[in-house]
Amino acid sequence: MKSSAFQYELPEDLSSALKLLNSNDLDILPLAGGQSLMPMMNFRVAQPDILIDLNKIDSLKNITIEGDYVRIGSMVRYCELEQSEIIQKHFPLIIHVIPYIAHSAIRNRGTLGGSVSLADPAAEMPSVLITLNASIELSSSNSTRSVNAEDFFKGIFETVRKSNELVTSINIPVSSMPKKFGFYEVTRRHGDYAIAGAVVTSDNGQDNFNDTRVVLFAVSTKPMRVPKSEAALNGNNFNNQDSINEAIDAVTGNSFERDLHNDETTKETLAKVSLKRAIGGLNG
Amino acid sequence: MVDTKTITVTVNNEEYTSTVNVRKNLIDYLREDLGLTGSHVGCEHGVCGACTLDMNGQTVRSCLILAVQADGMEITTIEGLPSEGIAEELKKSFAKNNALQCGYCTPGMLSSALEYLNNGGRANKEEIRRHISGNYCRCTGYQAIVEAIYDVAENGVSK
Repeated sequence: MKSSAFQYELPEDLSSALKLLNSNDLDILPLAGGQSLMPMMNFRVAQPDILIDLNKIDSLKNITIEGDYVRIGSMVRYCELEQSEIIQKHFPLIIHVIPYIAHSAIRNRGTLGGSVSLADPAAEMPSVLITLNASIELSSSNSTRSVNAEDFFKGIFETVRKSNELVTSINIPVSSMPKKFGFYEVTRRHGDYAIAGAVVTSDNGQDNFNDTRVVLFAVSTKPMRVPKSEAALNGNNFNNQDSINEAIDAVTGNSFERDLHNDETTKETLAKVSLKRAIGGLNG
Repeated sequence: MVDTKTITVTVNNEEYTSTVNVRKNLIDYLREDLGLTGSHVGCEHGVCGACTLDMNGQTVRSCLILAVQADGMEITTIEGLPSEGIAEELKKSFAKNNALQCGYCTPGMLSSALEYLNNGGRANKEEIRRHISGNYCRCTGYQAIVEAIYDVAENGVSK
């Protein structure tokens, strides 16, 4: 299908884009990489009155080190993230996960800020950002605020972003790159939407899990942090099967969401499989 | 209300200036306005890869880009693939390996394969499969396509 008619705006700087967002009575959507929004428009799930194309705003396209954190502009594309020496040096977890995001042609356009703003429950990056203790910067015409990634995602395609705000950057403390990380996702084909997935990080590279984070994705309405699994692993050896089994068992009892093909029980099972394999694949 | 915009696009080394409806996708602009029907429309939501082509040296899904977004860009479609070098070698290899039957996926498949080889892709079937995982083919079962790309990766351009 083709999208419905809309008015197209192409602001050249951030303040013009934010001004355009201020109208109250029209359905206004910002267009980042368009790799999810364009399909939604072609399906007419999204029918904006005004489309604000952010692709000319150069100030949103930089990756910089600012003191003790790395600032990633929201319009940085996945292909640029992957090539960035700063990201390669500081966040090997991000580099490791990028090839799992769709396909090359999609990553050549898709942006980190777009993925974060859309909050697709099957997306990898929201969960990765939670394990990295990232914060999301939101700007409107009159204010800027920063929200911790864990508090940013609210539900299916739902975040704390207000309609007059734009995600302007994703900020990650350099110190929060974990010493060890594991990632696994279940998909129908490589790069397809995840059916279930898990990210596991530990701050200790030596022998034992420490400051562990366990985040599951594609199994609920938003990224699911599992404190009980984290607690089961913390302080125990990376190879301690009892604590690993305990962490996997602790996935039970969380609230899972079905999708078109997989019911809640399947989701729970696949979440456990993902977690087990993510732990089994710990590197670093 | 129909919102239109005038754009200038370089397609296969030729410059075009057109006034387009802003909601028109790049693929529809190429096919309907420029008559370049070599690029194919499949799913129109970024899943099948049939419309994959090269924009400014990178593969993109032309069903997920608006024609207005291609303003100032350089596009290469199947019609513009050179008859020499790695592109020509790839076309020959596809024919030799029977890597196409109906041909619907072929323009997108060649575009993805070219990106793989131009970026230093190795003669490794697993990696080739991963790279073309975003391109559906409903005829060949992929084996012949993987072999066609593998041959070029291994042998390079014959003198």
